[in-house]
Amino acid sequence: MNKKISIETKNISKDFQIGEQKMRVLFDINLKIYAGEITMLVGPSGCGKTTLISIISGILSQTEGEVIINNEIITNLADEKKVNFRRKNLGFIFQQYNLLPALTAAENAAITLIADDMEISKACKKSAAILREIDMENHIEKLPSQLSGGQQQRVAIARALVHEPSIIICDEPTSALDAATGQKVMEILRDNALKSGRAVIIVTHDDRIFKFANRIIKMEDGRIVEN
Amino acid sequence: MNQIAIKMLMGDRAKYLGLIFGIMFATLLMAQQMSLFIGIMSRTYATIDETNEVDIWVMDKKVQYLDGVEPLPDIALAKVRSVEGVKWAVPIHKGNLVVKVNGSLQTVGLVGVDDVSFVGAPRKMVMGNLEDLKIKNAVIVDRLGYSYIWPDEPYKIGREFEANDQRMFLVGICDSTPNFASPVIMYARYSEAIQYTGQSRNKMSFVVAKAQDGFDPKQVAERISKETNLKAQTWKEFSDATMNYYLTHTGIAINFGITVLLGFIIGAVISGQTFYIFIVENLKQFAALKAIGVTNNKILKMVLTQAAVVGSIGFAIGIGLTSIFFKKVSGGASAFKGFFLPWQVVLGVALAVVLIMFISSFISIRKVFVTDPAIVFRG
Repeated sequence: MNKKISIETKNISKDFQIGEQKMRVLFDINLKIYAGEITMLVGPSGCGKTTLISIISGILSQTEGEVIINNEIITNLADEKKVNFRRKNLGFIFQQYNLLPALTAAENAAITLIADDMEISKACKKSAAILREIDMENHIEKLPSQLSGGQQQRVAIARALVHEPSIIICDEPTSALDAATGQKVMEILRDNALKSGRAVIIVTHDDRIFKFANRIIKMEDGRIVEN
Repeated sequence: MNQIAIKMLMGDRAKYLGLIFGIMFATLLMAQQMSLFIGIMSRTYATIDETNEVDIWVMDKKVQYLDGVEPLPDIALAKVRSVEGVKWAVPIHKGNLVVKVNGSLQTVGLVGVDDVSFVGAPRKMVMGNLEDLKIKNAVIVDRLGYSYIWPDEPYKIGREFEANDQRMFLVGICDSTPNFASPVIMYARYSEAIQYTGQSRNKMSFVVAKAQDGFDPKQVAERISKETNLKAQTWKEFSDATMNYYLTHTGIAINFGITVLLGFIIGAVISGQTFYIFIVENLKQFAALKAIGVTNNKILKMVLTQAAVVGSIGFAIGIGLTSIFFKKVSGGASAFKGFFLPWQVVLGVALAVVLIMFISSFISIRKVFVTDPAIVFRG
């Protein structure tokens, strides 16, 4: 069966300038991420996982190579266009949730829609529906400070899904959570994020969640060593 | 995103209130000090301003301002009256007088008004009649002066006191703008005023004149100067010259200027610093917003919205408090009598607050713009 390619990287390399010295942290990364799959990017700290997903999501510029998402070369886009592309096509889940402390769960989850100029009430209605789907119906109006870590990560999942992106990028989504909560968050992510044939990339160290992966890509010293 | 920006701002209550306080304090300090300065400066030319039936003030060539009088010879009056374009001209005496009341001494500014026309006399009487000034040794005192001479006593006419061994009695209390040189202003007829104060041969302080209909007062003043060898200025020229004299020969402008500048600096520092800390503490949130696709333009609008909200609220409270201050202290016989908050000051302070918030936003937004959104991936 032919799988749909969501993301393709071609010869991605990245150099960082440290003082006088140029340091290469990614070497000719070529990979394909498929729609409808959870792909985990694993490897020791400093191996280049975060740099790679930063380049894939258009947050960081590559030194060489190109990233193609849904048949569009995003590495060629101007900065403003990259930001707009990100807002429409990508959903993010961060290790530290990064919720806005003054906003309710519904408002936090709706932020991408609000950033896209949707009316707050309409956006919150949509985000509240997603929060209900992931068992957060009793916490819709709560502030992040009134939620546990697991609940905050669920809000972050809702935020990543609310604008129906084609790709979800997760950075260590379970590392701040205990084992049971981490499992629950992954189940929610799997059950909700994969709908509509989304591609999910998860950067993680947490081997307790490897079982959720359709595919694991292992990195070491800026290179893919196992795919 | 503007509503989100406001929620973020109000979510951090301590900084939100700190920002409002900073702007409010700066507004209050700048508006109050600028208004006080304008009020004090307006007192320097209050007598000229209130003698508003007069077009031209004629004086000795050496006179630079209202309170620095060099008396004119009596012939000056006739000279001015004979100049073409002069409708009428009358003398005015302006001097200082020490009056003895209940054994204590009080320096007053004495204005001698024309005996017949009462040109130069106060317009608004609080008690008594202006016509009673015709009674021998009659004087009128302004209400602020009354409170200095007879503190805590009710208004009462008929009171007697003396100056230069001459008996005087009070026939009226008027409402006039206090003078810069003396807080107590007393009015008498010209013929009596020169008896109270004058020891010198010449006793006429000024000749005030009215231009005939169809004549330009400025041209008439120039003609008077040319033909009489005296100095003649329109009332506006003379009031400006008086104010400028005080501005350039005293430290008032510098003192008030320093306070206003301090208000601006303090406001800018408090607001700038608090706003900067607020932004820095929310940097990770802003980075997350950038990462998920909020453009720099939208973030700029968010920061400017936050600045506009605290700026407007702080400014409104500050201006409100300044208004209340002047409302409370400027009435009746207060030392701040006649002081008010001019709209020009409100506008000027509003611009200063906009500048403060612009500086604060500029410093803070740079930090957000240069923040790499990739920091959100660093745990």
